Amino acid sequence: MTHSISVTVNGATRQAEVEPRQTLVDFLREQLGLTGTHVGCEHGVCGACSVLLDGEPIRSCLMFAVQTDGHEITTVEGLREEDGALGILQDSFWETHALQCGYCTPGMLIAGQDLLTRNPNPSDEEIREAIAGNLCRCTGYLQIVDAIRLAGARMRQAPEALGTEAGDV
Amino acid sequence: MSETPPRRFVSTKRRPKEDGRFITGAGHFVADIGRPGMLHVALVTSPHPAARIASVNTSEALAMPGVVDVLTGDVLAAATNPLANAVDTPGVKCYPLANGVARYAGEWIAAVVAESRALAEDAAELVDVEYKSLDHVIDAEEALEPTSPPVHEDHGSNILYRRTFTWGPVAEDFAGQPHELPFKLRWGRSAPVPVETFGVVAEWDMGTEILDVWASIQMPSYAEQIATALRIPVNQVRAHYDVDVGGSYGVKRGIKHTVLTGFLARRLGRPIRLIEDRLENMIGGDMHGPDRHFDVAVAFDDDGLIKSMKLRVIEDVGGQTGRAPFQLGKPVSAIVGAYQINSVEYEAIAVSTNKTGQAAVRGFGMSPTNVAIESAVDKVARHLGLSRLEVRRRNFIRADQFPYLIPSGSEYDSGDYQTVFKKALDLADVEALLARRDAARRDGKIAGIGIATCLEPGGGNSAFEPLLNPKNETTTWPESCVVKVDRTGGITATIATSTSGQGHETLAATIIGEELGIDPNDIRVVHSDTLSGLPGNTPVASRMAIMLGGAAAGAARKIRDQAILIGAHNLGRTTDQVRYENGAVTALDDPSLSLSLSRIALISHREFHNMPPELTEPGMQAVHVLQVPKGGTLPTADGRVQMYPCYSFAAHIVYAEIDRLTGKVSLPEYCIAHDCGTVINPDIVRGMVIGGAAHGIGAALYEEFSYEPGGQLLSGTFVDYVMPSSHEVPDIKLAEHCTPSPLTSHGQKGVGEGGYLGAPAAVASAINDALSPFNIECLTLPMRASLLSDLLADQPAETES
Repeated sequence: MTHSISVTVNGATRQAEVEPRQTLVDFLREQLGLTGTHVGCEHGVCGACSVLLDGEPIRSCLMFAVQTDGHEITTVEGLREEDGALGILQDSFWETHALQCGYCTPGMLIAGQDLLTRNPNPSDEEIREAIAGNLCRCTGYLQIVDAIRLAGARMRQAPEALGTEAGDV
Repeated sequence: MSETPPRRFVSTKRRPKEDGRFITGAGHFVADIGRPGMLHVALVTSPHPAARIASVNTSEALAMPGVVDVLTGDVLAAATNPLANAVDTPGVKCYPLANGVARYAGEWIAAVVAESRALAEDAAELVDVEYKSLDHVIDAEEALEPTSPPVHEDHGSNILYRRTFTWGPVAEDFAGQPHELPFKLRWGRSAPVPVETFGVVAEWDMGTEILDVWASIQMPSYAEQIATALRIPVNQVRAHYDVDVGGSYGVKRGIKHTVLTGFLARRLGRPIRLIEDRLENMIGGDMHGPDRHFDVAVAFDDDGLIKSMKLRVIEDVGGQTGRAPFQLGKPVSAIVGAYQINSVEYEAIAVSTNKTGQAAVRGFGMSPTNVAIESAVDKVARHLGLSRLEVRRRNFIRADQFPYLIPSGSEYDSGDYQTVFKKALDLADVEALLARRDAARRDGKIAGIGIATCLEPGGGNSAFEPLLNPKNETTTWPESCVVKVDRTGGITATIATSTSGQGHETLAATIIGEELGIDPNDIRVVHSDTLSGLPGNTPVASRMAIMLGGAAAGAARKIRDQAILIGAHNLGRTTDQVRYENGAVTALDDPSLSLSLSRIALISHREFHNMPPELTEPGMQAVHVLQVPKGGTLPTADGRVQMYPCYSFAAHIVYAEIDRLTGKVSLPEYCIAHDCGTVINPDIVRGMVIGGAAHGIGAALYEEFSYEPGGQLLSGTFVDYVMPSSHEVPDIKLAEHCTPSPLTSHGQKGVGEGGYLGAPAAVASAINDALSPFNIECLTLPMRASLLSDLLADQPAETES
């Protein structure tokens, strides 16, 4: 038995048939081919599968795809600018090398994006609080905090002041 | 510090090449790989820590629509060879699926293969296994007893390895010292627990008769082990190294997973995927780390100079063997730490228990041993009423003593421990920190300062293999790089390893760019597979900066030599009348006469008439397979051997406060000074050091795979197995120092493990300094809040600072 759902993912409306027990993360990865969102713990602790649902960060391993019918989802693939350039937060992650293996990175970006949307000038403590539900086993978090702080500062500047070329040093 | 030549790319801040794909969700992880017709595996696991498997009834599962196969251990064992054992234990036979006997709760009993993972999980619940429970043993010291239940019956005892090494005059040194301190220390079982579980996709190509393997892997001799177990030639296994690995830190070994899926792929003729779920990973993934009982004794004089040390280590490797016992070997490479200890007795014991199997963990067994060594230094100072700083200074190997030969046979290449230590103390402002601690104590807080140093051996030749297994004659552990220049001058480097966050593409491109004067952003780095690639041994043992860096430099220098030959010939000059600089060959006498690398490349590929006679092969390509510096020798009869060429060093200073009621530890100040020789990429090095320290803080305070006496794992979820979040990792400050290694291409040493080697010792030191006013100590890691809370509950509220 499947259910028909209509869900807007990264701005595009997608129609799909889903089993009621299929999690949102499996739906995104296996049916829509959006493999940027990663499966980490499958019990809502690690945050690797974080996506935005109607602008709010959620764990896509703890939600069924069928529950997203009629809602809007943003995944890491939707964080680029409209012209395809890297988003400011993405570019800041590169600038500070806020990752190593890259597996937790999509979830971290979602958490950071959500914070900066709500609070464009967060303190380091507020940044730490915002990513406290996302485990990273590589970095020890400090370069992630640096990246989100840098992105906040850049977002508060005029966009033309940004250096977003790949390989900028 | 010696002079280093000016560099364009090495040691400069540059964006790592790999990051671009990860910040856009475009990484290429194993779970992102789909193959046409792919089937999925779920596992039936043992609920018993020890049981005989009386029967396995698969009929109900097989009858379920969508289920293709159910494989049991007896069928698999009959068709495959046992998985490789590190040490010489022919009576220990492990297979991916338990064959007749289950040896730990969670061990795989049967594999269900279905059209989807969900169907496979459904069907796994329908497999009916009848067990006859056996006696089990969970405690390692109990497992040593001849009366304990045998985990591997055919082996005859639970002791897999036991040897006492004596390096130097231990008995005389102990007899000649006025002081001797014995103590026990416990390192609890933890692991790196990558956010990505282990996964593998295997596909048998009927046409070429090649087994293709895509896996989340960091395993030396991976294809060889798979082929041996599957009884096929090694050149029928093609493991693809272009799979991004979502964290490993040593544990992504996956031999049993790959043998199982490889077998199923051949048996069923369809691609097979096994991606562990988190419970499978925690319980049956065989990725638990060292689990140790230490007995330590040191002999020292009135000034705190440590003359000799005895270490007895019992390593609980669990119910599978693999490479785990070798983790007793690596600590031999730096058995005296940073200190001038004259002699050492080291008894290494590996014992089987009915726990999950053990895999390699960052530092390969050195971090627990470093806690033992550093705890000993702290205890010497405390015993004599001396400063812990001063005792370290007195015992340090001095900068003028390098290269320094330690009793167990390794020679440390270079270092300046006093200077690095001073940098750490200055960074931490240790006088102010002492004042802060004492003020906190006057306010009734429980506060302490932790001090620890650590050696980080890197780039070794796996000498622990022959050291612990005389039938193994490994004396090299090479790494390779191929550099090609295409006819347009474009440079592509091929490396023979997958990467799990260490930035190998950046490393190779930076070094090749440096050697050839070409922007590393313009150099492409690709990963081979095991059939197309040259020898490689994966990013273990802090080796890639040393070994891949050296291989990349070697290949690039060969390209440069070719370019000089072709350039000189076409400029009408001899090779000593030109120079190679910034991607061009230029005549020394007339700088207007110059040929770019792209022009030279075109000559090499298309204009053989313009080639110098000494070059007989068209094209520009170079291969470099790097032998381990100072490798090539077997251990002596008494177990001395050069294990690693390069030795990095770090000093950690940490300030801790313990909440009296809850036992919760906070680390408001954390400073590290480190020396990994020449830094290739500063941001990558910073991440490695801080990330390693965070990992070590987890091992010191939170993380443990706990077992109850009945043999069940108590911490199999992320709720029970607690890892540091952004709240638990302090704002670690770093200072750097550089004593270049004389043995590497650019003076670089390893850096991937040092943070993890220093942090547990430093945190343990801080906790024990905090507890010292109560005259109590804690030498059990992890020092969980519950443990500290219990220790403090019995203490009076008022103490003297």
